[in-house]
Amino acid sequence: MTQSVVAQSKGAAAEHVAAAPGAPPPLKRAKAAYLGRSPQDTPASIWNYVFLVVAILGSAFPIYWMFVISSGTDATLAHIPPDIVPKSFANLQHNVQVVLGMTSDTATGRTYSAADFSNAFVNSVLVTAIVTAGMLFFCSLAGFAFAKLRFKGRDPLMVIVLLTLTIPNQLGVVALYIVMVRLHWQEQLISVIVPALVSAFGVFYMRQFIQDSVPDELVESARVDGASTFRVYWNLVLPIVRPALGVLGLLTAVGTWNEFQWALITLGAGPNPTIGVALSKLASGNYVNYRIVISGSLLATLPLILLLFAAGKQIVKGIMEGALKA
Amino acid sequence: MSATGGAQAAAAAAESAPVEATGTFRGSGFGKEPTALSDFLARFDHKVIPYVLISPFFILFTAFGLYPLFYNGVVSFQNWTGFTNQGWIGFTNYSRVFGDAGFWRALGNTFGIFLLSTVPQLLLALILAALLNRRLRAQNFFRVGILLPYVTPIVASTLIFAQVFGRDHGIINSFLGNFGIHHTTPSGGFNGIDWRNTSLSSWTAIATMVNWKWIGYNALLYLSAMQSIPKDVYEAAALDGAGAWKQLWKITVPMIRPMVLFTVVLSTIGGLQLFTEPMLFEQNAQAATGGTHGQWQTVAQLIYKTGWKVGDLSYAAAMSWVMFFIIVILAGFNALIANRLGGGGR
Repeated sequence: MTQSVVAQSKGAAAEHVAAAPGAPPPLKRAKAAYLGRSPQDTPASIWNYVFLVVAILGSAFPIYWMFVISSGTDATLAHIPPDIVPKSFANLQHNVQVVLGMTSDTATGRTYSAADFSNAFVNSVLVTAIVTAGMLFFCSLAGFAFAKLRFKGRDPLMVIVLLTLTIPNQLGVVALYIVMVRLHWQEQLISVIVPALVSAFGVFYMRQFIQDSVPDELVESARVDGASTFRVYWNLVLPIVRPALGVLGLLTAVGTWNEFQWALITLGAGPNPTIGVALSKLASGNYVNYRIVISGSLLATLPLILLLFAAGKQIVKGIMEGALKA
Repeated sequence: MSATGGAQAAAAAAESAPVEATGTFRGSGFGKEPTALSDFLARFDHKVIPYVLISPFFILFTAFGLYPLFYNGVVSFQNWTGFTNQGWIGFTNYSRVFGDAGFWRALGNTFGIFLLSTVPQLLLALILAALLNRRLRAQNFFRVGILLPYVTPIVASTLIFAQVFGRDHGIINSFLGNFGIHHTTPSGGFNGIDWRNTSLSSWTAIATMVNWKWIGYNALLYLSAMQSIPKDVYEAAALDGAGAWKQLWKITVPMIRPMVLFTVVLSTIGGLQLFTEPMLFEQNAQAATGGTHGQWQTVAQLIYKTGWKVGDLSYAAAMSWVMFFIIVILAGFNALIANRLGGGGR
């Protein structure tokens, strides 16, 4: 169905392009015909593409620049004007190995330990995996209850969830830190995991999706057959909402991997940094080697670039759908 | 503590559910009389389980979201040294905040960066969304491509921007040098601008990072709103001979006003809590001083410095609460203005 629509629109676009290089009059007529159409039915002009390509290049430039600096030496970093193409793959390999603590830096003789960066990478993987799994479980449970179960106070409670969306709770960090100290969780990964396990957005998103995609009759008939609430959730709802879980999971993973402020506060002084905290440590103090710092930044960025390549469509979908619902 | 207890209880209840499920299933499936136990379980399933399912959200949010915000207020009226409370001191911390030149400077910096980042960010996002809102080839390529900044960790992108905006070896200064923008100092000269040296230049550099990060994301938000505009609106407009640019500002933007409001509020809340970019723009990334004279220190940075570098938690808490109210008032005010601008005929 969607395939055929795409094919159709592609065909129409091709027709238009085919007409364009011909004589000017047909082009003009085509333009007039498009005037009454909505923007999304109007074929993009060449300038439209030019500007979009510029936007993409601008978006990619800093990442490309990380790549350039990571593949250079301290000498190339100091070139005026700067080198604008990557220097060598061997340098890149060396710099990456240095920041991972696998070898010492030939230029400076400095050795970075696993504690500087590698451990942080592993920590970030752990935190991201646990937070994402927890978020999917708890938010889909709550979303299911709000969408399909009848209980006293359901609607007022949902309003409360929505209201919490607007609270800038980053401003409670001082007290949150005191709470963590009392729990003896400071400097431990659990302090960045537990507060991130649920989000109002996640509950809301799952509720909307479950409301729209799980038919009431299906839930009712399962109930009549004697299935318990949890069984309905596990065997009926979860398989249906898998696409939404994927989207929420991707957005959560990106957000968790990139979180910095709270992680710096609670993990900054301890032995268990996340990747952002480790990078900020590498970039602090009396001795900072930007070639190494940027190589670390590239490593921190790479998993997310791969995620974007693999699941970019879902991430786009999540942002666009989430926006419409909120 | 209570939070973990609650979460465990919820998990335990959730685990026990399938067991009970098979029980009730058999009971009714084989047409037996409902026993007292199965009756109880069924009622439990209907009356209590819904609350169990939503409890993790409420427990965790209360413990780690709402309570800290409230407790933050309590701490701000006390005097803390390290992690011990020395007693109530009334509004002392607050009068300190209002008399603290450092706080006002940080607030000024925050607003400066906020203006330089939000206004271009949302305007460019609108234009980008309009460019995407066409019948495009490789539509997904463009939509995914503009999300590169969104997925890049802010720490990583800021560190690379710190290089790009470097005084001596940065590519932007090298570029500006080609146009003859050049500085001579007693110790020698350099091309371009000393980005970290003044307020305006450092704000511009930081605002550039924020703009880069969020334009694509906001463009997708606008795009999703644009695509839900009824198509016949444009048919009517074509009769007046409105071109693409005019259509954008006269039809599309007014039609997506709710989304514009939403992004204005979002970027107000986010922009006024700006932390990562100013932190890592600094040569010494964990110092939180925001430049030699604090010329780009934001309030969030000052709160971090006061609480964790100086160790004055209750004063940091008071600053947080002041900032909280400023954000709430400003977000409301901005929403109002955006509403007026969109609603009032041009």
